[in-house]
Amino acid sequence: MLLNRKYIPVLVTFGLFLAMFAAGSFRYTGFFSSQVLLNLFIDNAFLIITAVGMTFVIVSGGIDLSVGSVIALTTMVSAALVQQQGWPPSVVIPLVLIMGAVFGSIMGAIIHYFNIQPFIVTLAGMFLARGLCYVISINTITIDNAFYTSAAQTKISLPGGSYISVSVVIALAVVLFAIYMAHYTRTGRNVYAIGGSEQSAVLMGLPVARTKILVYTFSGFCSALAGVVFTFYMLSGYGLHAVGLELDTIAAVVIGGTLLTGGVGYIAGTVIGVLIQGVIQTIISFEGTLSSWWTKIVIGLLLFVFILLQRVLSERRLT
Amino acid sequence: MSNRKPVLEMKGITKSFPGVKALTDVRFRLFPGEVHALMGENGAGKSTLIKVLTGVYSIDSGTISLDGREVAISGPLEAQKAGISTVYQEVNLCPNLTVAENIYIGREPRRLGRIIWKQMNKDAEALLKERLNLQIDVTLPLSHYPVAIQQLVAIARALSISAKVLILDEPTSSLDRNEVQQLFSIMRKLKSEGLAILFVTHFLDQVYEMSDRLTVLRSGEYIGEYMAAELPRFELVLKMIGKELNLLEELPALSEETKEASGSVMISSEGLGRKGAIEPLDLQIRKGEVLGLAGLLGSGRTETARLFFGADRADKGRLVVADTGQGVSSPRSAISQGIAFCSENRKSEGIIDDLTIRENIILALQASRGWFRPISRRRQDEIADEYMRLLNINPKNPEHIIKNLSGGNQQKVLLARWLLTQPKLLILDEPTRGIDIGAKAEIQKLVLSLSRQGMAVLFISSEIEEVIRVSDRIAVLRDRVKVKELGREQMNQHDIMQAMAGG
Ligand SMILES: Nc1ncnc2c1ncn2[C@@H]1O[C@H](COP(=O)(O)OP(=O)(O)OP(=O)(O)O)[C@@H](O)[C@H]1O
Ligand SMILES: [Mg+2]
Repeated sequence: MLLNRKYIPVLVTFGLFLAMFAAGSFRYTGFFSSQVLLNLFIDNAFLIITAVGMTFVIVSGGIDLSVGSVIALTTMVSAALVQQQGWPPSVVIPLVLIMGAVFGSIMGAIIHYFNIQPFIVTLAGMFLARGLCYVISINTITIDNAFYTSAAQTKISLPGGSYISVSVVIALAVVLFAIYMAHYTRTGRNVYAIGGSEQSAVLMGLPVARTKILVYTFSGFCSALAGVVFTFYMLSGYGLHAVGLELDTIAAVVIGGTLLTGGVGYIAGTVIGVLIQGVIQTIISFEGTLSSWWTKIVIGLLLFVFILLQRVLSERRLT
Repeated sequence: MSNRKPVLEMKGITKSFPGVKALTDVRFRLFPGEVHALMGENGAGKSTLIKVLTGVYSIDSGTISLDGREVAISGPLEAQKAGISTVYQEVNLCPNLTVAENIYIGREPRRLGRIIWKQMNKDAEALLKERLNLQIDVTLPLSHYPVAIQQLVAIARALSISAKVLILDEPTSSLDRNEVQQLFSIMRKLKSEGLAILFVTHFLDQVYEMSDRLTVLRSGEYIGEYMAAELPRFELVLKMIGKELNLLEELPALSEETKEASGSVMISSEGLGRKGAIEPLDLQIRKGEVLGLAGLLGSGRTETARLFFGADRADKGRLVVADTGQGVSSPRSAISQGIAFCSENRKSEGIIDDLTIRENIILALQASRGWFRPISRRRQDEIADEYMRLLNINPKNPEHIIKNLSGGNQQKVLLARWLLTQPKLLILDEPTRGIDIGAKAEIQKLVLSLSRQGMAVLFISSEIEEVIRVSDRIAVLRDRVKVKELGREQMNQHDIMQAMAGG
């Protein structure tokens, strides 16, 4: 029973998701279909990828505010290189992924070796990446490269007439990899240990420096990958893409049951956290008359509830 | 023994922290197959020497050699690789990970890079059972268990690392007799296998029982190295504190006086219980009385204390504070009714790391006055000075940040915090854990004199002698049930132990 307690936030999140989906299905005709469900994944693939990276960061006891800006920068660099310079996507995509990872690893190294709060360092990273977008261009760069458009339009059919996009496949691969990494690799467990007590992790002889830097590297990589997916989705590069996305990401991770204080969290929970945001948006679009700001209001309320829930649970845990 | 070569030799070790010289020209050597006790008062520099050895701190000057070769150890991981396995003084594990993980993290059994959880859990279970005779669910998070079990887990971790040097910094401070003996028999076995063991404790009995050789430190200075068999106890104490100590002898006389002092009932429980923590319990504590709570690990001592303080909610029975006629529903209501609780878990429930000694001491008093009636800085300084002198807290500067204090000194600060509030009921859970003999006697004296002034005290300790010395009455718990209550006349070690063990 006690073992289950740590799953409570995730289970609550999952229950909530089901309840919302059921409520939507009863209220709106056409809501209850596998395609509506799959659309949640299609529309939020990039958010899932970002949130997975963020989960590791938060579990390690840190935070990464740069994710939204890195996505924007990725779209911008991709668009500029493919569209304006005519580079092939097979070169550009690996390049931007490496760029994201390096960006993250530099932030991680600064956080660790100079012992500066992650909040400050990644805030600086956020401004830096966003600023770099405008160095490339202050306008939208539209992409009409064949590879990108086909990636955007390809529908992978599933039995039953529904379909998913390439992005969903990428997102699911990231999720599976992350679950494996979190629970079945030493690196993954070290992240949890550091989040539990960094000082103890040092004394236990764990590679704290390497792990911490890796966590930010992975988050940077995920953001860049999300940026690639986002480019498929938007078919453009723009400095104002994904503004405020870091906060949506953090919200998804927290709603998914990850403790902001570090040490506890699940990738699966994070995915559901993203889907909950998606469901709210879908419900609002089915409603038709509601302003999309209601999404923010509901998510705000949910965040409150979940943080309170975590508070209560973690206080009990001490006994 | 001395014709053999030492496995470890430290020479001329000097280490300063800003404003404190923690070690000055210290020597230390360790031979294979011996237990070497590192002795000294709180703040003498024992833990610092260990952390210097394992690379947690860098040294200012001096050399460390392993097997005759000079080494530069840059961190705990390198120390582990060089064959040094360490249990640090404060339980240094991760509360959010499972017991099994805490033992094996960094060295998990893997197949093709994939952690094999099943095997890890099985190994952990077997290790704990065979080595430490501990049968617990290793898949639960560590935070689920009390400090004593956490300490055993830390020891299990150290044992599972095959090493040639084993360092144990106060491993026994929160263990009870049986577990200490269990640990000792393991140490003997390891010793006979040729392992070199560095052992730190404030219990002289344990020192003489286990160690072959002693090194004494005083205020960061090397005093000498002795064979245990050749150094009588009083001389050891003399070397440690640099003066004669006769505090201990005064105590029994003191407690005799308190015998009659018990007044009216202060707090009483009727059928008070909580599932999985303690079975329904009737307990009364009178004003001016010290009630000792004895019992083995897991017998429900701490759980009882937490119920009395409202830190956990009882699901059976009731608790009444006589003066107010009310129950205790939360720590807040406990504090407002004059109940104070000095927890055994100083790291997570006690000290506030980044505050100074003074601020940590006045914290509870300030809270009980309410934050709108600040204590004047002058008064704060007076209070801090008074208690720092009384408990001999080192360093003597009240503006020192508490996390930089030695373990024993942190404990003293915590104790000062609660003593200062002059509660009607003071609950002390292992108050002398990790405290040196001089200060221990001071604390016991203080408890007695406070109770003579009318304070009720619930005193929990794994050390039976200590419980007997301070208590007017002792309640013995076994397997979460109160099995016996003994008055002053009936107290003797043998009976209590028998009641605890259930023979
Ligand atoms: N990180 C630190 N920063 C500053 N001062 C420190 C630090 N660590 C220890 N000290 C100081 O060094 C001295 C020695 O401390 P140490 O922890 O080695 O004592 P100890 O012998 O282990 O005592 P105890 O028996 O209480 O555990 C103390 O005066 C302590 O305040
Ligand atoms: Mg110490």
